[in-house]
Amino acid sequence: MADQTLDTLILAPARSAGYWQNVGARLLRDKTAMAAGSVLLLLTLAAIFAPIIAPMDPLEGRLINRLQPIGSDGHLLGTDELGRDMLSRLIWGARLSLLMGVTPVVMAFILGSAIGIIAGYAGGWTNTLIMRTVDVFYAFPSVLLAVALSGALGAGLGNALLSLTVVFIPPIARVAESVTTRLRSSDFIEAARASGAGALTIVRVHVLGNVLGPIFVYATSLIAVSMILASGLSFLGLGVRPPNPEWGLMLNTLRTAIYVQPWVAALPGLMIFMVSISFNMLSDGLRSAMEVRQ
Amino acid sequence: MLGYSLRRIIYTIPVLLGVSLVCFALVHISPGDPLISILPADASVELQDRLRVLYGFDRSYPEQFLLWLGRALQGDLGTSIATGRPVTAEVINAVGNTLLLAAVATFVGFVLGCFFGFVAGYFSNSPMDKAASAAAVFGVSVPHYWLGMVLVIIFSAQLGWLPASGAGPGGSSQWKLDAEHISYLILPALTMSVIPMGIIARTVRALVAEILAQEFVIGLRARGLSEFGVFLHVVKNAAPTALAVMGVQLGYLLGGSILIETVFSWPGTGMLLNSAIFQRDLPLLQGTILVLALFFVVLNLLVDIMQSALDPRIKR
Repeated sequence: MADQTLDTLILAPARSAGYWQNVGARLLRDKTAMAAGSVLLLLTLAAIFAPIIAPMDPLEGRLINRLQPIGSDGHLLGTDELGRDMLSRLIWGARLSLLMGVTPVVMAFILGSAIGIIAGYAGGWTNTLIMRTVDVFYAFPSVLLAVALSGALGAGLGNALLSLTVVFIPPIARVAESVTTRLRSSDFIEAARASGAGALTIVRVHVLGNVLGPIFVYATSLIAVSMILASGLSFLGLGVRPPNPEWGLMLNTLRTAIYVQPWVAALPGLMIFMVSISFNMLSDGLRSAMEVRQ
Repeated sequence: MLGYSLRRIIYTIPVLLGVSLVCFALVHISPGDPLISILPADASVELQDRLRVLYGFDRSYPEQFLLWLGRALQGDLGTSIATGRPVTAEVINAVGNTLLLAAVATFVGFVLGCFFGFVAGYFSNSPMDKAASAAAVFGVSVPHYWLGMVLVIIFSAQLGWLPASGAGPGGSSQWKLDAEHISYLILPALTMSVIPMGIIARTVRALVAEILAQEFVIGLRARGLSEFGVFLHVVKNAAPTALAVMGVQLGYLLGGSILIETVFSWPGTGMLLNSAIFQRDLPLLQGTILVLALFFVVLNLLVDIMQSALDPRIKR
């Protein structure tokens, strides 16, 4: 799912002093990206303040109250298969679901950038060794690798996060490596080297600033994939364990209820969809705001 | 072309070795004794040792890997712990069903994706482009397992038009080409097709917009070529990349079908993986993943070679 965006990510390195102001201004004018950003901001706030805004306890329910429809008395979004308030569970679920979607990409962003920059800057045998290893992991379809690793490691939040991090390191490392390799032969890096700057200084001052932008844009689009995969692992029973509220897991446990309360059962998936599409639109906005050509 | 293909094939060998090493390692990163699920709780130490020798777990890791690889090359992927049947037979039974589902889904996704992509690219920045691009974003953003559930709610639970799960009447796992079996295929294939649809639509949109902006198109128009003639030129230029993306997507769907197969109880490799994970059947897990990963690597190889044959500009 990741490869075809690679070429569009390599940005022209022409950047003036007001570059970031320009990017910000362009992003603010992009209505779709702003709407997506607001949705994500609201959901993040809801996740942080879940104990205050959730009307009920997400773990407590009464069985006689099970599978109430949307809009029923006292339960705005109905109740689940154990009689727990859906609205409260969806709000609390934002915590684990967002955490599970965002954490692997953040970890992979740090590790993958480091691996890619080292490979790209070092070149030669170091590059070959690192990048061929990365290629091996890239040779697995992402869903398959995530399921294989977390299936072998066993169910659980930590193992799911670890597996997803491993899934996202190769694509990020590839982008970082190709941008760094291109950058390495540019004149201003040559000039820095000629004036006696050490490798660490060059990477810190000249490479990072030019490489992290494109990788960041790419990583935001990966969060959309990560949300779907992370909740997918919980949906399969490999991630968060019951009774904790997490959207993928909720979708799984409510599957049996689709003949009784179909639209209540579909709600958790709608949340995953909203977050995923918002990250995609935000990422598209960021990309066109940062692309100098447009 | 021949030289490129040869180099590409040779380059695939270390990747294949690496992939099999990862699959081999799966059993060993798994916590606990790999024999735990076949041993009775009160197994004597002698029995444990005998089984350990029998399965080769007493040897060093490199030795175990070479033995395992040697057997895998001869088509022997070990024995399923849960069913006692050879893993190879289990995988061959399941892989046909997954291949069928993935191939139909890729085809539907390719047709829809090309349509949306061409419309969006041709009428760039028009309302039609906005709508087609929205369809593409939907395709790459929707959690497909949820979309599957929603389709089941609408077409099975509410309307009762199509079956909700399985691959055929009476839980049969053998697929046949008749109206009844096709009705079982429609919902899972449609659900699966949104992923390639979104990605192909995005790729084709970018391709078409790029091709239309090139000078040769202006040249063609200036010489009075009909709009249909120009369209044919665009198709010819966009085809190699679009077909390549389609090939890679088929590989992704083969490997990534576990979620959709779980939703629809489709008796393919995804269901096999699912049961392998929950019965801690590590040989079955390992074997299924190896076969799916090999499919993916070989498919990518074929796509690259095909692309270089179709597009003479590629001489990497």
